[in-house]
Amino acid sequence: MPSSEKKIEKHRQLRDSIIDSYPAKVGKRRSRHLVVKGEGDEQVEANAKTIPGIITTRGCAFAGCKGVVLGPIKDAVNLVHGPVGCSYYSWLTRRNFARPGESGKNYLQYCVTTDMQEGDIVFGGEKKLMQAIREVKEALDPEAIIVSATCPVGLIGDDIASVAREAEAELGVKVFSANCEGYKGVSQSVGHHIACNALMENVVGSEEPEETTPFDVNIFGEYNIGGDLWNITPLLEKIGYRVLSTYTGDASIHDLARAPRAKLNVLMCHRSINYAAQMFWDRYQLPWLKVNYVGVDETARSLREMARFFEDDGLMARTEEVIAEELERVRSQLDHYRGRLAGRRVMLFVGGSRAHHFQHLCEDLGMEVVLAGYEFAHRDDYEGRQVLSGMSRSSLSKVVQDISYELESGFEPAFSEEELGRKGAALEGSLLDYEGMNAHMKEGALIVDDLNHHETEVLVRELRPDVFCSGIKDKYVVEKMGVPSRQLHSYDYSGPYTGFEGALTFARDMEMAVYTPTTRFMAPPWKKEAPDGDA
Amino acid sequence: MAGNFVSTTNPCRMCRPLGACLAFRGIEDSMVLLHGSQGCSTYMRRYISSHFREPVDIASSSLSEKSAVYGGAESLKRGVKNVVDRYSPRVLGIATTCLTETIGDDVELIIGELLRDEPALREVEIIPVSTPSYSGGHYNGFHDSCVALISRLAQGGPRGDGVNLFPGFLSPADIRHLKDVMDGFGLSAVIIPDISETLDGGIVDSYRRIPAGGTPLEAVRRTGTAAFSLEFSAATPGRQSAALLLKESFSVPAERLPAPIGISYSDRFFQAVSRRAGRPVPEHFARQRERLLDAMVDAHKYLSGKRAAVYGDPDFVLGLSSFLADVGVVPAVIASGGGGREFISELELACAHLEDPPEILTYTDFGEIARAAAASGVDLLVGTSKGNHIARELQVPLMRAGFPIHDRIGGQRMLHVGYAGAMALLDLLTNTIIAGAQDELGYGYSYM
Ligand code: SF4
Ligand code: SF4
Repeated sequence: MPSSEKKIEKHRQLRDSIIDSYPAKVGKRRSRHLVVKGEGDEQVEANAKTIPGIITTRGCAFAGCKGVVLGPIKDAVNLVHGPVGCSYYSWLTRRNFARPGESGKNYLQYCVTTDMQEGDIVFGGEKKLMQAIREVKEALDPEAIIVSATCPVGLIGDDIASVAREAEAELGVKVFSANCEGYKGVSQSVGHHIACNALMENVVGSEEPEETTPFDVNIFGEYNIGGDLWNITPLLEKIGYRVLSTYTGDASIHDLARAPRAKLNVLMCHRSINYAAQMFWDRYQLPWLKVNYVGVDETARSLREMARFFEDDGLMARTEEVIAEELERVRSQLDHYRGRLAGRRVMLFVGGSRAHHFQHLCEDLGMEVVLAGYEFAHRDDYEGRQVLSGMSRSSLSKVVQDISYELESGFEPAFSEEELGRKGAALEGSLLDYEGMNAHMKEGALIVDDLNHHETEVLVRELRPDVFCSGIKDKYVVEKMGVPSRQLHSYDYSGPYTGFEGALTFARDMEMAVYTPTTRFMAPPWKKEAPDGDA
Repeated sequence: MAGNFVSTTNPCRMCRPLGACLAFRGIEDSMVLLHGSQGCSTYMRRYISSHFREPVDIASSSLSEKSAVYGGAESLKRGVKNVVDRYSPRVLGIATTCLTETIGDDVELIIGELLRDEPALREVEIIPVSTPSYSGGHYNGFHDSCVALISRLAQGGPRGDGVNLFPGFLSPADIRHLKDVMDGFGLSAVIIPDISETLDGGIVDSYRRIPAGGTPLEAVRRTGTAAFSLEFSAATPGRQSAALLLKESFSVPAERLPAPIGISYSDRFFQAVSRRAGRPVPEHFARQRERLLDAMVDAHKYLSGKRAAVYGDPDFVLGLSSFLADVGVVPAVIASGGGGREFISELELACAHLEDPPEILTYTDFGEIARAAAASGVDLLVGTSKGNHIARELQVPLMRAGFPIHDRIGGQRMLHVGYAGAMALLDLLTNTIIAGAQDELGYGYSYM
């Protein structure tokens, strides 16, 4: 048997043993979430409801909406309508960095909530919400106020959208709301969608940029965790682009409003922002291109594809120059790390895009990805967007409405249909498409959706990776098992990991994890079999 | 909810079920399940992990929109079955969340039905606790759970010579020290809950899903026969007192004390144990007290007259404030996200000897704390990591203590209680102040 077949067989057996360990019904359901690349049928059931009592790492709609997408908008205040906890737990925890922009305002340090009390639950919280919005305006004077709902709000029937409308009329500041009650949907994913809708309906297109340039782009699905965005923007600017807005890392609400005037949306995290990308396409005929600035080769590839989209010789030449310069700068250090890390095995369980993005970076370093999976992805993130056409609109459609836009009347798209057709052809199908993670994976690697605690434990024990990359909820479990773990949500308070420079930072952190001196001391001398001899 | 505001800006408390998760974690072979949407469990797990740097498993009944409308009974039953199947706990705490409290799910009733249908589950002690976050905070949830554990599990019987100690929410290092103290007195004490190992474990040969340690179930049952109970809950209302509950139910004498932080409160604690047990304070601890006095004399020139703003959970802040006053630092602003009558009156007692009475803020937030600290002109802050923004704004040092500490390492290993704890806090406090002064020097480094 060739080695890849052996691996497929071995991992199938491992998978089957996990499934068999469950009660029959649970096992049957989980079996559709654990797939071995190369075994034939690689359809991954994703975005399914979590089984009660099975410990998952997933969050809620509120976490996806306020925590991920709306939270990083720096000059708006996020006002959480609900009891204290939800707001507290989403206070700065995602490490979205921001510097105050033109307005000098940055409220990311603030956690503002209506802190509902029993009386608000019994008699309704609309009055308190209204008053809280006034207080925010008076005390903080932000550029916008965003109201997010947590679980109890939907149940007691507070109409936060009309409170927001009233407040906007009274106070003369933009106020809008998101009904992202935590019980909606199956994970934080539905919250991303709710947030995208809220931005489209209340913000996008409401302002015009002072001027435009031929190479204006928006960076979509980049939240500036650990400063990731700040490794990307300088590269783009060096080549000659102007970043008109970022959704939503280090974002100003005004930039988000002006975004439709860009020429191209480049998409980092497909999962969280593809809704907005699609709506931009429908409403402004503004196309999107999936990019990945994690990994050296991937960053270079992404930059080249962008240049190809713009069909501009000068831009292409600058792109090559910048890539060459950057590669030259990092080459020797990268070689060093490759020497230290080649052949090491990694598991990646993270997010809705990162498990794909980081595979490339690991491979740049010669590491082997033995397992990858997402916490809250959908089938298209695994299998590519072509599955979307075949999928029935699941029960999700009841939770969050898909807004379908027509081309906005009077809006002049940057490119004609014909131009876009030509660009699409030049990009060989990658414009407006995403092929998903699975395509990239090696034969025999495991693909696991919504990995739970039990499975983590078995897989780590059986496969003994050199590093397990996930989030804080898994980190300490895995480390107790003697395997180093890095957090790919918060970067273990390190990063940024994007671009050429970021690759080195990641490599250094991986080296640190693999070569931790502590491993040498795991067994106490009195437990080692032979005495040391120096007695 | 602070000052004249209805809104809360930068809260100074977490939500009630989080306290339940912490308390159940101190019971041997136990698990906890939050009845609500899964987001609550996920958030609390990440939060607790960020302080303790330990795995924290909290299950959820993962309610969906359908159960949010029609009630979560089915999800709860499935959740309980699956947790028991995967983890085989002996004790399973079930804490409610805002969602299920708002729906009005009757957890007792649902569990009753479940046990009727699945008799095998009766092997597990299932303990429901009502923890709506729209009233109270995490410290309430902690006490709620202790009360629930006692009311479910404690049994009477002939009076023995055991001692019950309800420490409230302290650090694992504190619990380890309290054990040493009780051992030192030669007492056989049950500490409920005991997070000393379960939230500060080592790397062991084989990973256990439920970490080793915690108060054994049998020990909790025996609490009804103890000689007496001590409880660090002076700032907590009596209805949240497990010690008082034992007194009512089984006539176990109860003494409620402030957490023994600082020399005054440690004196009260050692004195109480010595008096009740009829045994002298062991030499070892008496020596610790001597050394502490010596250290206080050494440190006084750095501390005298310094003004601090201190904040955190009511019982913990009471202890910290008393500690500060003990060593000559004026607790100028004392703040908590909770509070209440007991908290205020104990603080007034503790600060009665001070020339200017502290400003006490209850049910407050960091917006309010920042204003008060600025107005009062404090030299430093004492409290959780969450005050770091104010400290930067005011350009004063922050001495981290309490929960959560997620921007420094070792919060779980900080010792606060007893003479040894007072010594550790004293060194930290003094060095924080010295470092601050050194940083401000215009002319380079200097002995201070
Ligand atoms: S819904 Fe309630 S219980 Fe859940 S995180 Fe929010 S405040 Fe806490
Ligand atoms: S599930 Fe609901 S209550 Fe819990 S954190 Fe999310 S919004 Fe808050």
